[in-house]
Amino acid sequence: MTTPTIVVEAPFSHPSPWTEFWQSFRANRGALIALIYFVSLVLLAVFAPILAPHSPIEQYRDAFLTPPAWLAGGSWQFILGTDEVGRDILSRLMYGARLSLTIGLVSVLLSLIPGVILGLIAAFYPGRIGDAIMRFMDVMLALPSLLLAVAIVAVLGPGLTNTMLAIAVVSLPSYVRLARASAMTELHKDYVIASRLAGAGQLRLMFNTVLPNCMAPLIVQATLGFSAAILDAAALGFLGLGAQPPLPEWGTMLASARDYIESAWWVVTMPGLAILITVIALNLMGDGLRDALDPKLKKLA
Amino acid sequence: MFSFIIKRISVAIPTFLGVTLLAFALIHMIPGDPVLLLVGERRLDPEFYRAAMQRLGLDQPLYVQYWDYLRQLLQGNLGESIVTHEPVMSEFLKLFPATVELSMAAMLFAVVCGLAAGMLAATKRGTVIDHTVMGAALTGYSMPIFWWGLILIMVFSVHLDWTPVSGRIALEYDIPAVTGFMLIDTLLSGEAGAFKSAVMHLILPAIVLGTIPMAVIARMTRSSMLEVLREDYIRTARAKGLSRSRIIIVHALRNALIPVVTVIGLQVGTLLAGAVLTETIFSWPGIGKWLIDSISRRDYPVVQGGILLIATLIIFVNLLVDILYGVINPRIRHSR
Repeated sequence: MTTPTIVVEAPFSHPSPWTEFWQSFRANRGALIALIYFVSLVLLAVFAPILAPHSPIEQYRDAFLTPPAWLAGGSWQFILGTDEVGRDILSRLMYGARLSLTIGLVSVLLSLIPGVILGLIAAFYPGRIGDAIMRFMDVMLALPSLLLAVAIVAVLGPGLTNTMLAIAVVSLPSYVRLARASAMTELHKDYVIASRLAGAGQLRLMFNTVLPNCMAPLIVQATLGFSAAILDAAALGFLGLGAQPPLPEWGTMLASARDYIESAWWVVTMPGLAILITVIALNLMGDGLRDALDPKLKKLA
Repeated sequence: MFSFIIKRISVAIPTFLGVTLLAFALIHMIPGDPVLLLVGERRLDPEFYRAAMQRLGLDQPLYVQYWDYLRQLLQGNLGESIVTHEPVMSEFLKLFPATVELSMAAMLFAVVCGLAAGMLAATKRGTVIDHTVMGAALTGYSMPIFWWGLILIMVFSVHLDWTPVSGRIALEYDIPAVTGFMLIDTLLSGEAGAFKSAVMHLILPAIVLGTIPMAVIARMTRSSMLEVLREDYIRTARAKGLSRSRIIIVHALRNALIPVVTVIGLQVGTLLAGAVLTETIFSWPGIGKWLIDSISRRDYPVVQGGILLIATLIIFVNLLVDILYGVINPRIRHSR
């Protein structure tokens, strides 16, 4: 039985937006597990020099293709085994996490920031400028992201920096479209009109008034963009167009793995598992964020 | 209807022109001398250099060059390969059927398995089956397909020895290319065992390429099915005493398919991007492998032409899907 005092108290104690968001995110078990995994991965990447048992590029000449520790012939010195030139796979994966996370972060930022600016411009100036921007984005969308990234890297040359640039360029259209679409729906709301009448300048309207209210879908898109960036970067690495050996990028590690399908399954399996689990985790987090941030789907109390 | 088609086409044309501009710019953004890049030599003697420059039109101002490029394009001339000296267009046409065959097999796999899995998950909502199917779909959706291909080769080709590792057909068969589609050509040739060999070569690449579209279709089918199952006419059908399977297959699926069909159309781009990776893993002689090989050979006319052709293809297919969708669903036709 509830006492009247409790019922009266409830409506007056609104949880802060953060608490509300966190409660709704936490309710999604998959997203929570994914978040825990992701935080651990970030920690592993940051502290790789301390945590990794070996150097990622040191070649142990007497330990080529050593199987993982739990198999016959394996040793606890190399927990996940060694590759074709005797490098410790676990250490390479840990250092590889640094590369993948950097690629994800840098390319998301490099496309999110210009994407939001272009999207807001397209929304605020829907005439010739907005049209030109959106037409250009349509052209970029005519090619699937991986193919466009391949084309860009073919021009700029392979390598880690160009991979990040290419991925940033190919993911630009999705941010532009999203920022424009959500800004357009906000533009006609009373608070924007009120702020305009109160004399707010165009820049202030764009970034202080409208943008904060468009953030929810952009945050979700950025999470999904992060996972797409890791996948595309790995694919470029696999094709020999991304990070170059001996860099321990997860996709690059798989480029030479094809030759060991018959003899050393762990060389093939481990880097791919790292990519797969990380991408799954990011996608789960994206789903959780969307459910927690989207007021339409939010459970009504 | 006619004005609807005209409107869709008039949107596609500027996009196509933009893509030609992109492909044109591509060759000029590569660091290095475009003459040397296009002739494929390190150094040329000055006289020959001037001749090549004139032949390629590189001594003209950029807008004249672009105009020439566009005019050549519309006549189907995309330049020739530095390596094989064959026209880019004829190389593309020779390899294209292999990619189409692979993509169609992948799509067949994706549609059949995706629809079945999505329907199963929707009808068993909230059960272990639903969670398993959706977990598998999430995994498929997140899959690095180049790794997935390696794993399938490792398990099914190397350890179980069920399927061949690469190529389109076993070396012992010499099949004349009539249509370019191996499945049809092997049947036409009448050679015993050739068709079976072609099918066995096709299975793994088709599964790899179809994995992501399958996951997308399964998710889409499930959510669209769940929405439809809540509708009043489903309750009416149930009240009339129709059997459960009849309600699901005849009443629900037909309506749930509308958004699914659009998603299938949108997967063409995914398929062509995936073909680059799948063809590389399985040494499948299609346009994806052709593109990657030409990048590593620095065969820039082929890279330029290949990218342009693939983009054009995607624009064309999207246009077709748009128009077909308008034909099927009049509401779309009149709302735009």
